[in-house]
Amino acid sequence: MSKIRKSIYTAILAVIIIALMFFLEANKFRFGMAYTVIQKGLILSVVAVSMNLVTGFTGLFSLGQAGFMAIGAYVTAIFLIPADGMAEVYYISGVNPSIMSFKYWLESGPAWVQSMYPILALILGGLVAAVFAAIIGFPVLRLKSDYLAIATLGFSEIVRAIISSPQLDTITNGSYGLKKIPGFDSLFETFAIMAVCVLLMVLLLRSTYGRAFRAIREDEVAAEAMGINLSRHKQMSFIIGSFFSAVSGGMLAMFMRSIDSKTFSVSLTYDILLIVVIGGIGSVTGSVIASLLVTASKEWWLRFFDAPLYIGNFQVPLFRTGFRMVIFSVILLLVVLFYQRGIMGKNEFSWDRLSLRVRKLLGGRKRGAKNAR
Amino acid sequence: MLDNILTMKDITMQFGGVVAVDNLSLEVNRGEIVSLIGPNGAGKTTAFNVITGVYAPTNGAVYFKGNMITSNFPKGSMKKLYAGQNRGVYTTTMRKTPDQITKLGVARTFQNIRLFKELSTFENVLIAKHMRSKANVFSATLGLNYKEERQMREETMKLLDILGLVEVKDEVANSLPYGQQRHLEIARALATNPELLLLDEPAAGMNPQETDELTSFIYDIRKKFNLTIFMIEHHMDLVMDISDRIYVLDFGKLIASGTPAEIQSNQRVIEAYLGVQDDGEE
Ligand SMILES: Nc1ncnc2c1ncn2[C@@H]1O[C@H](COP(=O)(O)OP(=O)(O)OP(=O)(O)O)[C@@H](O)[C@H]1O
Ligand SMILES: [Mg+2]
Repeated sequence: MSKIRKSIYTAILAVIIIALMFFLEANKFRFGMAYTVIQKGLILSVVAVSMNLVTGFTGLFSLGQAGFMAIGAYVTAIFLIPADGMAEVYYISGVNPSIMSFKYWLESGPAWVQSMYPILALILGGLVAAVFAAIIGFPVLRLKSDYLAIATLGFSEIVRAIISSPQLDTITNGSYGLKKIPGFDSLFETFAIMAVCVLLMVLLLRSTYGRAFRAIREDEVAAEAMGINLSRHKQMSFIIGSFFSAVSGGMLAMFMRSIDSKTFSVSLTYDILLIVVIGGIGSVTGSVIASLLVTASKEWWLRFFDAPLYIGNFQVPLFRTGFRMVIFSVILLLVVLFYQRGIMGKNEFSWDRLSLRVRKLLGGRKRGAKNAR
Repeated sequence: MLDNILTMKDITMQFGGVVAVDNLSLEVNRGEIVSLIGPNGAGKTTAFNVITGVYAPTNGAVYFKGNMITSNFPKGSMKKLYAGQNRGVYTTTMRKTPDQITKLGVARTFQNIRLFKELSTFENVLIAKHMRSKANVFSATLGLNYKEERQMREETMKLLDILGLVEVKDEVANSLPYGQQRHLEIARALATNPELLLLDEPAAGMNPQETDELTSFIYDIRKKFNLTIFMIEHHMDLVMDISDRIYVLDFGKLIASGTPAEIQSNQRVIEAYLGVQDDGEE
């Protein structure tokens, strides 16, 4: 396929996505479900890609995503909740005075700076998580894969426990969680933030550092013999991954408008892991596609299974609240058993690949064009 | 004039009670091709792993171009278990990590090929250029190091050209035939700009024709890249043909060293190999 043709297709695709975005924005009440699902899918795709960066591309089996998301979410939320709403949110134990003075200082800034606060909040959340990642990464990244998974999972739970501990009532509002978090202005804003995050990670993966990460994934001993400092690069990947997990957590806080520590339980990490596996471990586009698909099926398409179903007078058993999660787990099981490589395997989306697939589907066995990579 | 590039002094490597390398001392001079031979399990690969920093030796020291890169003395549980001599000779402990040693100019290949299997030939070699990159992770992400990146790619292409791997540059390493995988491993090692190249059984798994070609290939790269070569090999024809000097290990101990002619007539070596001239291990 010629380069020009590919760029035309890409441009068309971009126009369609943007048009869809504006259409949904204009009709968000009529297509509320699609709107919400796409927004959440976009947000989860940031954390899914970040997990892929760490697990799929660097080979570090880390399960700490929910913990880093929680850090990002809380920092973002505390930053963004309007100062005069704070008393209402922290009505039980009050707000820490230094947070309050920080917020008043924030609100004295010029208007154009204030309009940047959501972005600043997300970045700040990411940076705080990155600091935590640097601290725990030092001891934890020496562990081999399964131990690393256990340790990071433990970290994630510790973060949750600390957030909800009564000692931090005046900062995190303990187990009551945070409310009144300002949301996104538009779906387009969510999309733009997600696109920048994913683009940065893609550029990183394509750079010489990305190659070093993949070398580590493929063979640590050989990578080290090629002059790659293992601990430095693992640490780097882990910190950057945690940064973007936290950004995604902050976005989730803005999306949900209210959060508490239970939002970031192990099951969230499990959901993200699912997305990464279904999309293809080692594929960025796979993670993005799977985020949208998994979110849509979990929260929308499979809802059908949660409502009681009658055929004539006969109520079909099993169809009741929670059944969709069973179906969902079965789908996951099937994917893991029969379709391990996920939607994309380790490949990225490309028009060549797509046209090859389409041609195969149509039965045209013209050229045995070999795997492009 | 002899110019020492690699020196191993009194190296002992014990794994618990197993003495894999026993009090080994040897030298490799600049520009030489030196071979390390010995029966299976003699400790040859272990010696390479000590040189490249994969293992910390139980006792002894390694010098590269006169600078100590590894030094150790028996300690911890090894103190009781230590089976070698020279117990009190080495008192400092230092160990450069494998990546630091590679940066100094020691490159290696692996006995059981360790390519980055799912990456392309081109990427396999390009990765070796990473360690000389001056860009930090931010400037590399934003593509501010595009000049350096272009240069890295050009150097990689040049290297693939010299080693005859250009046609397969986009193929996944795993899909290459065995002989080419061995070549690719050497290409990747050369991409780190080494002065000393350690080859661990470069002919293993090659067919007789490929093995024959290996001799001229090794001479070739030595000249082109100004290398010193230290090689482990089982194919005696190749070893006798190519080596300036040979060291023979048996059960971790150095049993002989000298020119190919001296080694061929050495009684202990013949015994160790049970009179078999060509081990021909697959
Ligand atoms: N990591 C390790 N842990 C325990 N024992 C080891 C380790 N590495 C090597 N050994 C032992 O050290 C001895 C020497 O092994 P080595 O691989 O160095 O032999 P070799 O001379 O390279 O043999 P070959 O010709 O088969 O490659 C063997 O007995 C081996 O089992
Ligand atoms: Mg060996």
